[in-house]
Amino acid sequence: MSFRQARWNEPLIFERSKPGKIGFTLPEPTKEEKEVAGNVVDSIPKSLLREKPPELPEVSEVEVVRHYTRLSQQNYGVDLGIYPLGSCTMKYTPKITDVVVNTHKLRDLHPYQDEELTQGILQILYELSNYFAEILGMDKVSLQPSAGAHGEYVGVMIMRAYHALNGELDKRTEIIVPDSAHGTNPANTTMAGFKTVVVPSAEDGTVDLKALKTVVSEHTAGLMLTNPNTLGVFENNILEIAEVIHGVGGLVYYDGANLNAILGKARPGDMGFDIAHINTHKTFSTPHGGGGPGAGPVGVKKELEKFLPVPTIEFDGKRYYLDYNRPYSIGKIRGFYGNIAVLVRAYAYILLMGAEGLERVAELSVLNANYVIRKVLKARGYTLPYKSENLRKHEGVISAKQMMDETGVRALNVSKMLLDLGVHAPTNYFPLIVPEALMIEPTETESKETLDELINAFIKVSEEAYSNPKVVLEAPVNTTVDMVDDVKASHPKTMRLSWRMLKKYGEAK
Amino acid sequence: MLKELGLKTIDELFTDIPEKVKFKGKLNIPGPFSEVEVKRRIAKLLEKNVSSMDIPTFLGAGVWPHYVPAVVDTIIGRAEFLTSYTPYQAEVSQGILQAQFEYQSMICELTGMDVANASMYDWATSLGEAALMAARLTKKTEFIIPYFIHPERKAVLKLMSEPAKMKIIEVKQDKETGQINLEDLKTKISKNTAGIYIENPSYLGFLEEKVKEIGEIAHENGALYIVGVDPTSLGLLKAPADYGADIVVGEGQPLGNSMNYGGPLLGIFACKEEFVRQMPGRIIGLTTTKKQNQRAFCMALQTREQYIRREKATSSICTNEALCAVAAAVYLSLLGPRGLKRLGEIIMTKAIYAMKKLKEIPGVKVPLFKASHFKEFTVNFDETGKTVLEVHKKLLKEGVHGGKIIKNEFPELGETALYCVTEVHLKEDVDKLVNSLKKVLEV
Repeated sequence: MSFRQARWNEPLIFERSKPGKIGFTLPEPTKEEKEVAGNVVDSIPKSLLREKPPELPEVSEVEVVRHYTRLSQQNYGVDLGIYPLGSCTMKYTPKITDVVVNTHKLRDLHPYQDEELTQGILQILYELSNYFAEILGMDKVSLQPSAGAHGEYVGVMIMRAYHALNGELDKRTEIIVPDSAHGTNPANTTMAGFKTVVVPSAEDGTVDLKALKTVVSEHTAGLMLTNPNTLGVFENNILEIAEVIHGVGGLVYYDGANLNAILGKARPGDMGFDIAHINTHKTFSTPHGGGGPGAGPVGVKKELEKFLPVPTIEFDGKRYYLDYNRPYSIGKIRGFYGNIAVLVRAYAYILLMGAEGLERVAELSVLNANYVIRKVLKARGYTLPYKSENLRKHEGVISAKQMMDETGVRALNVSKMLLDLGVHAPTNYFPLIVPEALMIEPTETESKETLDELINAFIKVSEEAYSNPKVVLEAPVNTTVDMVDDVKASHPKTMRLSWRMLKKYGEAK
Repeated sequence: MLKELGLKTIDELFTDIPEKVKFKGKLNIPGPFSEVEVKRRIAKLLEKNVSSMDIPTFLGAGVWPHYVPAVVDTIIGRAEFLTSYTPYQAEVSQGILQAQFEYQSMICELTGMDVANASMYDWATSLGEAALMAARLTKKTEFIIPYFIHPERKAVLKLMSEPAKMKIIEVKQDKETGQINLEDLKTKISKNTAGIYIENPSYLGFLEEKVKEIGEIAHENGALYIVGVDPTSLGLLKAPADYGADIVVGEGQPLGNSMNYGGPLLGIFACKEEFVRQMPGRIIGLTTTKKQNQRAFCMALQTREQYIRREKATSSICTNEALCAVAAAVYLSLLGPRGLKRLGEIIMTKAIYAMKKLKEIPGVKVPLFKASHFKEFTVNFDETGKTVLEVHKKLLKEGVHGGKIIKNEFPELGETALYCVTEVHLKEDVDKLVNSLKKVLEV
């Protein structure tokens, strides 16, 4: 393949700085404003006045534009090609969703504006929360969490509030998490003051029911689970799992990372889950922006509604309003009401898709995943652990363990050579229970032709691994830089985490 | 494709979902609509909003109106940034990694800290994380905050610190000047204090003067000193490091991000180098490549993060506000040190002009505190015989949106609202506010 990524050798913008340059003209106050205000700097107490200006770069507008444009060209986005990051789910975002938010009617709207002036946005948010509730099979949804992990946090804080109200918080100290779970699950368990109890997966990749029964007790506050799970396997005994947890008085939390696979096919609320979150960038096609902003709406069943964070958005038949008067609420989870510009994109996406379109998302994402996995497995060195003869849902985890044993090529090397071949790599080394994991999720927005390119890239890597492993081990060579040393980035002696540290210690050699 | 999988129908892809949990109905969701229909529907709904571009609006209190230069939107709208994921594959993500490293570096220059993370959700969650970090570092559980703090920030702090069994203690502020009462602080600080937190400028807009002394009190007692900032003030005001701060938090939305009805925002989080291993969130580092030893960027100190450390992670944050951070880097690059300083001067000029003009109206007290103010200030209507809510409603009828009513937050301040004036407010906007107020108050 002839793929080459841009290489600009672009310096830090600080290194482009020339004293005296400036990239933007500010609106100067009028003469009268200046006269009335006087010398404002004199009014600042000496003890607070900055003596040395911050060492920001001094550059012109066009230099700023070129610098960041060049940087952007050294970046891979889903608009450039397939991004099969299992569990992270990067699918194409329809451009219209970016267009609809680009209006001063949203951008210049202040969250504390009088509700009479914000009926439009409140209606959108109200309707969106209802659509999400319908999709999740939940009774009420809060749009506030800023990201999926934040939604999880809100979910476990609701568990906490529920047990506290029942007078059982001292007793219920544990949250159960499968060994295949996302790292955010145990991290949020800790943030909410609970202890994580890990339950192993059975041979078929689902939660080991027997093991689950041995770890539940009166100390169980709840279970966090995604379904399909991170292996891409549907937890077909989900009703029984929920029953086990409910049986000891715990709550069941749905990690919505993998909702894409079951849209319109099954709903967390119908599977026995009490709380569920959504990652809007995964399932509802909002752009991820290189790491955010995201949005992580969280839905609950009726009996947990009262715990949702304040404010909720309500409609009294005539007008929409923000309701802070909720005495059992867990309280505030962030400033204001959520990542609104992201949520409006999700609203646009849902309207574009409709009910049938959303169901079609599940169908195509599952079809595409199985097609890719089945074909990749035909190449030497890749295996499919857990229930290997069965279908996967939206994603699947292939192991490169055999390839490593036979050729020395690890999952990481496979990924790096895929980058050389012009496709983004799958997720590496997750879930932790699969050795040399390559977690592939093509999503529903890729054509068969693109999937075939991805498959061919996997096959090509396998062929090279078995014929000329050195080529794979030396990858990547077609990317902006060759393999990055992340150990050096974290070592106390070579850590350079800012321009300031770089100036202080010199280059990390 | 089905055929290649040995299947006849799409339904066979879902046979692993038990009948009992299969959703049999049809989702009650409108659509599908065509692109033009969606565009018109959303435009029509948003058209109902009256934005701060439509009428002069004097709201701040955590989200502030600032001009976003066209360059910022051009850059963050670039698909390679907008449609990329967290840079797990560094070799094809050098662009966003470098941009985030530059953001971190600029925050360090503003605050005087050595390290900043690549962003948190917002100021409130940054504060919550700072309290937890202070508790981890000091192994203590009390945290002191100012009395006049944003109520939402306080609420988030309380929620986030409660599971760690932290106790939040409020220090008194002087009624006349708003300044932190150092005597009260000395009685409240103890051997259990993990950190003292102050805000500068404060929630009510005034500047805190004894910033150095407060830091000394913290350090004498083995507590960390955490300072919350509005970054637009840092071209004029001292870097928190220069008065002893250990951790700096704040809101980065004013740096090139629109208000968007309150989100997304950009949580600033920076600290001294010695504390970096207890820092929450993603951090981008500069390193080299393995073969050619070239400069390169990647995620650093990932062993603090949830996907590696799991239940022992410093925080659960994963998706952050990366693109908002890039916007801030572009914004700060455009302004540079002189631009940022000028921005501060312009904001203060306009805010002081507004304060002086409002002061001329009989019965209106502006501001309540004898102290310097940056871009926000309190406006009190006690002596006008009208409630602040009445004033607000009547002002709206005149086509002006006043400040945030804070009567319920701090009842002792009476009929008061918190007003905000920035570089986006034209002189005509302020004059319209003053004239409308005169009319509303019948003076």
